[in-house]
Amino acid sequence: MSAHANLERRRQAIYGWLLLSPAAVLLTIFAFYPSIATLWSSLFSRGTRRNPAEFIGSGNYADLFADPTFWLVVKNNLFYAGVTIPASIFIALAMALWANSKISARGFVRTAYFTPTVLPMIAAANLWLFFYTPGLGVLDQIGSIFGLPSVNWLGQPETALWAIIIVTIWKEAGFFMIFYLAALQTIPEDLKEAADIEGTSRWTYTRRIVLPLLMPTTLFIAVNAMINSVKLIDHLFILTKGGPSDASKLILYYIWEMAFAFFDAPHAAAMTILVIAVLGLVAAVQFFYLDKRTHYQ
Amino acid sequence: MKSLTKFMDSFGAILLAIIWIAPLLFAFWAATHSTSDAVNLNLFSPWTLENFRVAWGGAPWLKYFMNTFMLVTVILIGQFVLTTLAGFAFAQLQFPGKDYVFILVLMQLFILPEVLIVENYAMVSRLGLFDTILGVGMPYMASAFGIFLMRQAFKGVPIELHEAARIEGCGLLGILWRVYVPLAKPTYLAYALVSVSTHWNNFLWPLIVTNSPDTRPLTVGLSIFGAPENGVDISVISAATMMSVAPLLIAFLIFQRQFVQAFLRAGIK
Repeated sequence: MSAHANLERRRQAIYGWLLLSPAAVLLTIFAFYPSIATLWSSLFSRGTRRNPAEFIGSGNYADLFADPTFWLVVKNNLFYAGVTIPASIFIALAMALWANSKISARGFVRTAYFTPTVLPMIAAANLWLFFYTPGLGVLDQIGSIFGLPSVNWLGQPETALWAIIIVTIWKEAGFFMIFYLAALQTIPEDLKEAADIEGTSRWTYTRRIVLPLLMPTTLFIAVNAMINSVKLIDHLFILTKGGPSDASKLILYYIWEMAFAFFDAPHAAAMTILVIAVLGLVAAVQFFYLDKRTHYQ
Repeated sequence: MKSLTKFMDSFGAILLAIIWIAPLLFAFWAATHSTSDAVNLNLFSPWTLENFRVAWGGAPWLKYFMNTFMLVTVILIGQFVLTTLAGFAFAQLQFPGKDYVFILVLMQLFILPEVLIVENYAMVSRLGLFDTILGVGMPYMASAFGIFLMRQAFKGVPIELHEAARIEGCGLLGILWRVYVPLAKPTYLAYALVSVSTHWNNFLWPLIVTNSPDTRPLTVGLSIFGAPENGVDISVISAATMMSVAPLLIAFLIFQRQFVQAFLRAGIK
């Protein structure tokens, strides 16, 4: 190897690390170190003035598993994910099929579907507050036309989580629609023509040709919807604050409450580690499964 | 038969569209009418801007607007600088350890910043950045997503241009600045739109690290303004909500195509 090539290689290595270092420093400070620190602090008891924090191993985790509120919150979050993921995927697909077909007022329709995406979750919650408020809200007004009694949608355990779920679906469906829309536009026209010549019904065409071709997009959206079901909790602060009696409390909200309302950082840390573990599992599934599925494209 | 299905399609699509923007329309209606008219859906009641006046007087909105504006600007500048440098290193330079570091960066994609609030709060306090706009923005600057996006954009630049610039005597940073950055303009635009709308709307993290009207962004200000303890009525809350979503909403309606393209580009890559 010539001296010149050697010099060039050293130069690239130095430049490479130099260019990388600002991002590496910030990633270390705000992602890697905090992850490890969270794991570390989840193994210690909460220190007070008289009792300094001490190592208790899996004690915080054991506390969580013995805490009925924790299980309720997990159950709520699973239900939240179980409803919002399929519902937003289904609605996004319907929106995309409509927004892609030759209907009148297509521009208006597309804009209307996508608009919630650019609103802050806090603002979305305020808008929906006007729907849900008992007595004054739009839902109650409509109900009273049909002689239905006033319902406190946000104030009773049976409906509070549903009210939260509907806002989430409303917020994310239009966002997912654009990915379907882009995928639909890559399906060649001749497939539709061939199906028409064969006399295939529209339903069969959609089910046998369009849906399979959209499969990679669906998986991509499903992963995003899953991440959202952990992340989208801002509206809880406005609409229910996790109540009534924890009926609409979700995990990330509980972590926030544990850390910043109850000042119990160790238990919040333990919960954070559990969430990271689940997200890591999702990432692994996506990496090994979704990547395989999209390769044949 | 064909025209019937077409009619049903249009009908369904438009019905869903109306349902979808109804919350926004109702809020607009409530914001421009007196509370009792809004609540009774009194269609022929007079329009008023009184709610906006009351809402505007109820909180330091101008300050909040400025804070949000500062916040998204600081984040965007930080992200552009950091992700350009790192993305370039990953895309075009060969150095030992590169692949391992890249995997570490990708891992950050799945450790959501939202989940690490407790330790990040401790870190920001330790750095003396609690209740500063820099403190709100800093955890988002070295975005793994942005690094990945810029790497992809830079990988698409033909190597011939790189070589040509080098023969002309351009240094490595000069090549980055004169060849790669101009060619990646569409990616920068897409990234900017996604970043600005994400951080304009972000709530949980700013709620935790801000503690005064001097740093609080719009979303946090809005949540405090609308809190039930303050006892503001629904029309005034609607007016405040309309006010705080207006800039982004208007920008979106004008640059709709660019917004949608930006989200697509950012999502698919």
